[in-house]
Amino acid sequence: MLESYIQHQRKQKDILLMTHIVVGYPSLDDCEKIVHEMVVSGVDIMELQIPFSEPIADGPVILRANQMALEEGITVADCFDFAKRMKQKYDIPFLYMTYANIMHKYGIHQFVSRMVQDGISGSIIPDLPPEEGMDYITTLKANSCSPIFIYAPTTSDERMSMLSQHGSGFIYCVARKGVTGAQTNFSNDLDTYLNRCRAATNLPIALGFGVKDRADIEFLTGKVDIAVIGTQTLKIVEDQGVTAVGPYIRDLR
Amino acid sequence: MKQEGYYDDFGGVFVPSLLSERFNQKGYYNEFGGAFVPEVLTATFDELNIAFDEAKKDPQFWKDYANILQNYSCRPTPLTFAENLTRHFGGASIYIKREDLNHTGAHKANNVLGQGLIVKRMGKQRVIAETGAGQHGVATATMAAKFGLDCTIYMGEVDVERQRPNVFWMERLGAEVIAVRDGTRILKDAINAAFRDWVTNMDTTHYVLGTACGPHPFPEMVSTFQSIIGFEARRQILSQVNQLPKRVYACVGGGSNALGIFLGFVNDPDVELIGVEAGGKGLNTGYHASRLCSEDASVGIAQGYKTFFLQNTDGQMRETHSVAAGLDYIGVSPILSSFHRSGRIHFTAATDTEVIDALTLAVQKEGLIPALESSHAFVQAFKDAPHLSKHDCIIINQSGRGDKDIFTIADAFDDPKWKSFIKEKAEAYHA
Repeated sequence: MLESYIQHQRKQKDILLMTHIVVGYPSLDDCEKIVHEMVVSGVDIMELQIPFSEPIADGPVILRANQMALEEGITVADCFDFAKRMKQKYDIPFLYMTYANIMHKYGIHQFVSRMVQDGISGSIIPDLPPEEGMDYITTLKANSCSPIFIYAPTTSDERMSMLSQHGSGFIYCVARKGVTGAQTNFSNDLDTYLNRCRAATNLPIALGFGVKDRADIEFLTGKVDIAVIGTQTLKIVEDQGVTAVGPYIRDLR
Repeated sequence: MKQEGYYDDFGGVFVPSLLSERFNQKGYYNEFGGAFVPEVLTATFDELNIAFDEAKKDPQFWKDYANILQNYSCRPTPLTFAENLTRHFGGASIYIKREDLNHTGAHKANNVLGQGLIVKRMGKQRVIAETGAGQHGVATATMAAKFGLDCTIYMGEVDVERQRPNVFWMERLGAEVIAVRDGTRILKDAINAAFRDWVTNMDTTHYVLGTACGPHPFPEMVSTFQSIIGFEARRQILSQVNQLPKRVYACVGGGSNALGIFLGFVNDPDVELIGVEAGGKGLNTGYHASRLCSEDASVGIAQGYKTFFLQNTDGQMRETHSVAAGLDYIGVSPILSSFHRSGRIHFTAATDTEVIDALTLAVQKEGLIPALESSHAFVQAFKDAPHLSKHDCIIINQSGRGDKDIFTIADAFDDPKWKSFIKEKAEAYHA
């Protein structure tokens, strides 16, 4: 489902854009405005991050956004309601990004039932590798939702194949070591890595971590199916306000 | 008392007996443990698992380990008969395992020196560590100085403030100390910050995790190195009184000193094992760090492993509180959670006030200065001792020394001479 949507979109666009927000940061109202700006500016897929108090894979900007959303009292139930509303308003795929504990505490089966009810297409859980997540994988797949797995430059070819078998929708390739939000050097090394990713999977591939401007998107066009913009839109919102998001997205391609 | 051959059975016989199928199944201890690791670190954990597995099977590794602990960290540490406390309570004979006499003043050295030898085998040049009370940070900085490694220590901003003497020593030892300002600014946040460093620098860097928590193989590796405490304590009590203890007491933060001494007795069914958590201001106040003996904790997944965490119904971690920075933590070793579930180890809590009282008594009666962390174990032992038979003996693990806590303890006593000293010192700096 997610995969066929991506293939369909790719017939019309050279590269798709996936963006990210932390639900509740800076506020639910602002999030709604940001989603609107993003969708009308041509974003193809959106990640909605359900905040967690210990987001170990995130860098300082997203970490702080998680903390501030929680300090404002955002609950998992608020995130579900928000996602449901966004899906009713905007006809693009929405994904959840969160950490294993949020799903574990809610209950995997209950969590996936909510995803199905609310029309959420899949999820990215950076601290839930297949070795720990077989129940998660089978439950999502049985409900036509996509468990999205991550490749890193340190992932072996053999492991890439294993992850590809368990994943669905697309593969999220992390451009470099480290956490979200740091600088990435878009270079020939990245080409070599992306070739390795392509060789290991038939799923569409997305590239994230450090994608921030038109030059990065141009570099990636023809090499990946989806460019992921994460931390940069948070910085835009913090520096220039919500209304700056639309022009920024439109300028990317 | 450097005894030839004292540790001959440790690596080859004792350690393999701990790692039986019952104890460890691929990093799981019953339902607890695992390795919930971001993809970018998977290869690093594979490398660490291989290095630890190879080291465990290498007799030379265990010779090196015993050698450095004997000649650099003063092992075996004594088991001291606390004659005055025994008389004071009039019940069981009280014995104290003196981990405070390790180099750097706590049991932390046992783990750090073991991991240091693993780092040398892996050929990495830099180590990072989290620290709460600062003892693990000082131990790691000391090991780094001795082994010629670069060292960065992550410490919550709150803990930097309450454990300044340890920060001073870490910096003198050549470590960079980074005050972590995220989250609740204590131990858990220091662990997150260390992981964030590691996912960027894993090629050159090993993360010396200080307690028996985190993703596999850390719980197993740390408790293996710490089990030297129990290995010694069991021999010592048998040789001193020719009987096993009725009960063994240890404080529980992450759980490394507790597992260290308990693993020596875990196969002796008649020895009761008592872990004492931080009761803070009381279990009914919400201000505590009791994961296994309070209703406020439930099973969750964070910081790479599955265990009991102090968390809310959404799975967000709660704030914790303890007078002892080293116990002020949301999670607990998955190995302890497993023993809690099976009933092999019993858990209780001591409040901040009880801890200060127990510390005072230990100082006055025995001239011992247990750390605030270790004093939690003393609280429960002191409660139980009068009710036990004079023919019984008990062991308390004094996991660290209390000198580092001088500021906190002076505050608790509202010590006027100390206050005027600090005031004069401050004025002298100001001039």
